[in-house]
Amino acid sequence: MEVDIGKLNTILNKYGGDKSYILAMFQDIQKEYRYLPKDTLKYICDKLNIPFSKGYEVATFYKAISLKPRGKHTIHVCLGTACHLRGGPNILDSFERVLNVKKGDTTGDGMFTLESVNCLGACALAPLVKVDEKDFGKTTSVTVNKIISEFKDGE
Amino acid sequence: MSPEQLDNIALEYKKKVKIYDKVVKICCGTGCISSGSLKLYDRFKDIINLEGLAAKVLVKKTGCHGLCERGPIVVFGDDEILYQSVGKRNVNEDVKSLIETIKSNKIADKLLYKGDDKTKRYVSPLDIPFYAGQNRIVLSLNGTIDPEDIDEYIQRGGYRALYKALKMNTDEIIDWVQKSGLRGRGGGGFPTGAKWRSCKDAEGQPKYILANGDEGDPGAFMDRSLMEGNPHAVLEGMIIGGYAIGSNQGYIYVRDEYPLAVNRLSKAIEKAREYGFLGRNIFNSGFKFDITIFRGGGAFVCGESTALMSSIEGKAGEPRAKYVHTVEKGLWEKPSNLNNVETWACVPHIINKGWEWFASIGTQGSKGTKVFSLVGKVKNTGLIEVPMGMTLREIIFGLGGGIQGDKKFKAVQTGGPSGGCIPAEYLEMPVDFDSLTKLGSMMGSGGMIVMDERNCMVDVARYFLTFLVEESCGKCTPCREGVRRMYEIVERICNGNGDKGDIEHLEELARAINLGSLCALGQSAPNPVLSTIKYFKDEYLAHIEDKKCPAGVCKALIKFSIVPEKCTGCTLCAHECPVKCITGKKKEVHTIDQAQCIRCGTCYDNCRFDAIKIE
Ligand SMILES: Cc1cc2nc3c(=O)[nH]c(=O)nc-3n(C[C@H](O)[C@H](O)[C@H](O)COP(=O)(O)O)c2cc1C
Ligand code: SF4
Ligand code: SF4
Ligand code: SF4
Ligand code: FES
Ligand code: FES
Repeated sequence: MEVDIGKLNTILNKYGGDKSYILAMFQDIQKEYRYLPKDTLKYICDKLNIPFSKGYEVATFYKAISLKPRGKHTIHVCLGTACHLRGGPNILDSFERVLNVKKGDTTGDGMFTLESVNCLGACALAPLVKVDEKDFGKTTSVTVNKIISEFKDGE
Repeated sequence: MSPEQLDNIALEYKKKVKIYDKVVKICCGTGCISSGSLKLYDRFKDIINLEGLAAKVLVKKTGCHGLCERGPIVVFGDDEILYQSVGKRNVNEDVKSLIETIKSNKIADKLLYKGDDKTKRYVSPLDIPFYAGQNRIVLSLNGTIDPEDIDEYIQRGGYRALYKALKMNTDEIIDWVQKSGLRGRGGGGFPTGAKWRSCKDAEGQPKYILANGDEGDPGAFMDRSLMEGNPHAVLEGMIIGGYAIGSNQGYIYVRDEYPLAVNRLSKAIEKAREYGFLGRNIFNSGFKFDITIFRGGGAFVCGESTALMSSIEGKAGEPRAKYVHTVEKGLWEKPSNLNNVETWACVPHIINKGWEWFASIGTQGSKGTKVFSLVGKVKNTGLIEVPMGMTLREIIFGLGGGIQGDKKFKAVQTGGPSGGCIPAEYLEMPVDFDSLTKLGSMMGSGGMIVMDERNCMVDVARYFLTFLVEESCGKCTPCREGVRRMYEIVERICNGNGDKGDIEHLEELARAINLGSLCALGQSAPNPVLSTIKYFKDEYLAHIEDKKCPAGVCKALIKFSIVPEKCTGCTLCAHECPVKCITGKKKEVHTIDQAQCIRCGTCYDNCRFDAIKIE
């Protein structure tokens, strides 16, 4: 993995090199690479003068940070209470079956990473699915197929 | 900035809006955006321009109106007309109707809210029972103002409370908050004034003001809607709090899943700085204050006060024991006052209208109003604000319109993972902090999740345990290991391998976890299980002794089949079945291939002829 030092320095400077913003830095890096590459984690820890283990602890504690590469699109199936009661688990099931991956994994072609989330705050539209930045409310297993082809064809 | 300047801004804004004949408000809250309101907004704007109406019609983007499930919501003027599901099926056609309403006041029947009997149509939202039964204070401007326009907030009376507060003695402000009876809206219901006072009296500088916008409770979206729909109200409350307590720095902790809230808050902060409501010498009082947003990282436990503070400090968000209160030693070991964002948003109203006014609303022990997210199997799902003390029945059957598909009400879950399920026999219970606690549930942040006969209570218990196993920070053993054990037992019960004694075992574990856990996540983790055992023991017994799931949810215990006499061959079930294991010709009886069926229940929920049976 090629790491762009210039980019990392820009991110570090944006927060004035303040170590309390380490999570925000990780989130910014993740925006660039869709995950947090180990080398960037190491670089940031060095620059902030904190032990790698501390940085690693933060990176693994928060669900928003992924140390595993992610696919081109991330599918978040909501499993919050409202979504659970209105069939969220069945929707996750359908995605797992159609994409042939388990929750947390990425499809072989690197197109989709399938994840669950515990409420996106649009519970009235349960069951909710979010792909990248786009929400799909009141999903059914029929819409699951539509969503997948929308993103596959739309790249 | 001076009060005269505020008046001027308000006046200017009024003048600016006066030139328009009509105002059209399009909901751009998260719910409506996911139903397509941005597309509707763009299309509508285009046509307005094309038709040369731009000088006459003001089109505004607002925050959530409340009726999210029926979004996109469009409201004309000051609540004259409410249109629902606008552009959901056909944007162009619906935009045409909107234009007609503007041009010739012609009301589009098909976009109106319909009553239960399908014949009654409501024009003004004020007549719809969902709205008519509410008392909107915190949400009064949500859905009315453009959250990105500070001038409109000012025109509606914004930042007047701040001016007033800065003229008051700080002790007097805290007195007002205390006498208003305001209790924290974040879950525990701790008296806000008392918290402020201890923070003000605490030794040490600097002091910090914190707003909890983590809203980790699944099924709750009040805080999100507030931050998105009226961000200045939260800021104004925090600035007043900062002045009263003696702090110059505030933080808002917003969860990672809420990017739009972060965006709207950032814009609001920028504008407030520009106008001098943040920064040095606010209203020439010599008081300085600023606010920074901190984005969370997707960990539920970070909503807990000490964990939230660790998180802002750049550490993993683990709670610590609270033998020293955070009001004395919180963020960076300094006195810190954390309140929920809804709590903060109540403050300007108390200052503006006086504590007596606030204390006159609600019940003996719970004053004011509470915002709830009413979701699940209820007809009108969405966001509501009601005075404390309204009964569950009034909320669910009055405002909520009853259960979807007129199924049977089974329970309402309040308080999120720390709360519990309340059965039908308590529907007359007034909703406030103390009565919910008495029922073994909790107010929590205000999620109200309605369940019907098709929801299995053992499955609900398993759901919360799965959630808590995932979200426990793992620091203490009773929570880390105990909750997992409870999960394993309930999972076994759901799979049909429950044993005699399981219920007693669960209750024993619950006691140990409650006693031995460090933070409230662990201490309250058993609640969803205990309350379902208390009120729905028969459902547990059906799973354990009869190996049956009466609601038809637990896959290992059920089987779906088609009753030939009832099947009309409409093909709907075959179309919706995710594994395509239903076969049959049109107008002929269908059959399910049991070997392939994954027991998802989709066919059952979709069949309109009652032809599918659960065994
Ligand atoms: C596990 C856990 C999660 C919590 N999550 C939240 C939350 O998301 N939002 C919130 O306002 N309070 C949350 N709380 C309560 C806070 O710790 C704190 O009591 C509250 O923010 C104080 O504000 P209030 O006095 O205005 O209610 C949580 C508590 C626990 C134990
Ligand atoms: S009770 Fe659970 S969440 Fe709280 S500190 Fe202990 S392990 Fe962490
Ligand atoms: S939906 Fe019901 S009536 Fe229609 S084919 Fe299926 S079982 Fe028969
Ligand atoms: S339960 Fe689900 S999988 Fe089985 S037949 Fe019905 S729709 Fe198909
Ligand atoms: S529970 Fe799924 S969006 Fe809230
Ligand atoms: S988001 Fe539009 S009504 Fe709630």
